[in-house]
Amino acid sequence: MTTILDISKIDMVFPTPKGDFTALKEVDLKIKKGEFISLIGHSGCGKSTVLNVVAGLHQATNGAVLLNNKEVNEPGPERAVVFQNHSLLPWLTAYQNVELAVKQVFSKTMSAKEMQDWIEHNLTLVHMEHAMHKRPDEISGGMKQRVGIARALSMQPEILLLDEPFGALDALTRAHMQDSLMEIQDELSNTVIMITHDVDEAVLLSDRIVMMTNGPAATIGEILDVDLPRPRDRLALANDPRYNELRSEVLTFLYEKQRKIEVIAPSEPVKKEADESKSAVA
Amino acid sequence: MSLLIRNLINLDREQSFSEQSLLMAGQKLKQALLPILGLLGFLLMWSIAANNVTTSLGKFPGPGAVITQFDNLYQEHVSERDKELAFYERQHKRNADRIAKDPNYVPKVRAYTGKETFLDQILTSLKTVLSGFILAAIIAIPLGIAIGLSHTLNQAINPIIQVFKPVSPLAWLPLVTMLVSALYVSDDPFFSKSFVNSLITVTLCCVWPMVINTSVGVASINQDWVNVSQVLRLPALTHVRKIVLPASIPAIFTGMRMSLGIAWMVLIAAEMLAQNPGLGKFVWDEFQNGSSQSLSRIMAAVIVIGLIGFLLDRAMLQLQRWLSWDKASAKR
Repeated sequence: MTTILDISKIDMVFPTPKGDFTALKEVDLKIKKGEFISLIGHSGCGKSTVLNVVAGLHQATNGAVLLNNKEVNEPGPERAVVFQNHSLLPWLTAYQNVELAVKQVFSKTMSAKEMQDWIEHNLTLVHMEHAMHKRPDEISGGMKQRVGIARALSMQPEILLLDEPFGALDALTRAHMQDSLMEIQDELSNTVIMITHDVDEAVLLSDRIVMMTNGPAATIGEILDVDLPRPRDRLALANDPRYNELRSEVLTFLYEKQRKIEVIAPSEPVKKEADESKSAVA
Repeated sequence: MSLLIRNLINLDREQSFSEQSLLMAGQKLKQALLPILGLLGFLLMWSIAANNVTTSLGKFPGPGAVITQFDNLYQEHVSERDKELAFYERQHKRNADRIAKDPNYVPKVRAYTGKETFLDQILTSLKTVLSGFILAAIIAIPLGIAIGLSHTLNQAINPIIQVFKPVSPLAWLPLVTMLVSALYVSDDPFFSKSFVNSLITVTLCCVWPMVINTSVGVASINQDWVNVSQVLRLPALTHVRKIVLPASIPAIFTGMRMSLGIAWMVLIAAEMLAQNPGLGKFVWDEFQNGSSQSLSRIMAAVIVIGLIGFLLDRAMLQLQRWLSWDKASAKR
């Protein structure tokens, strides 16, 4: 398989009033066509920054992102993004949201009828054919995210970028959505980069899990190959020794090697102060 | 009165014990009753207060006198229309007679120049406020979008807006009047000068809230939607049409409702000040007239001005409900 996306030693430095802040340092990753990659790490480690650089919404300070050996500097529909908060346009129906994307990408190559079929096909793929003409505020969170995925798929992207796509959903809906995504992936074998916080989700869906170190100057800590056979079934995997082994490797990385040191708020002195001020008032 | 209030309090207490349906019925009754009670209380206090105030033009008008005036104003309107009709009939007959005597006679048609009735003044004011408002929207919304989109433009124009925004449009009125007399010169003007004066004054006061609200709405548009537009590589014009404009519709409507309310208030004052035809002129003329009926006629005008202002606001709200996707912002 050929390399489709080459994230080549990117640094990301944000200028702040207190001086430069290095968010990413030498992030280097090659992704093969049809691969499903998960980016996992503690919050604030720069996962989203990597995704935004690949999407072209941010420009890397050093290094470059190469898609099919061509450098990308701006956003484009060949790198479709599914955002965490669905980001559907609330004044358009599910159908119209997908239509906006399809018209923009295919209006020169498809007839009106072909476009209509293509929009309906993509909405059917995510099981939204029954609510095509509803607005985002009339459907549930999971359904909104389905439409978001349909919109991204309808652009026929070279690479699909998922930014914590199921992070805002409840556990049951999330499991549903993961199964749906696996189903779609079996059919289309897209190249996918997904950001996640969820260890089970990463192991279940990915071909490789890219684990990131904590920021500032975050970079890739370890890469784990998930060699579980497909199609995968969450119930069967629950007792699979290899699955649990992989899972514990990710957990070890996150909670031992890169344990996030939380800044604990000095709660007691504050309380004392409050008490003092009270007595002063009295 | 006190019995009624006691009953109402009892109603409140009983609600906690009664059945659900009874509670609902009670709520509905309360909703219907309270505004009526408020109105009755207001009318009562008004007539008591009016009875105890004597001005140089006689007693301050109570509700009864004002209601009589509404009828008078309507009768005057009807009789003025009859006079107008009669005038045209006479003129037509006269011309017909002269043509019968002398076939070469070119008939002169003169317009009726009777005084404007109360209803005519209402129509004039409504036309002026709506024209000024629409003109302001045509200027302000595109300008607001441009300012909201471009940080550079915002920095360049914002100081000017901030300085002109707090200026009462009435302060502009003398300048507007002079400018219109100097520049709007035409033998057969399509609009009368007084209309243009009032129109520009209304436009001047409508523009600022609309520009500011539109630009704030555009500038605070959800970054996710901008990202979607960027990923799709929407061309600039499509971006404005498909993303920016719908996204800022709620803010645009907030600005429009605000400015229509201000415009109505300003227009009445401008008409009083500049003697431009309209409800303001009616009020001023009655004040100058100083007959025993003047105060009640002014009071009638005040009530009509209030009702029209209220209806204009409701109409904007209804328009917003139809056009805006964000139903929550159009509730009140």
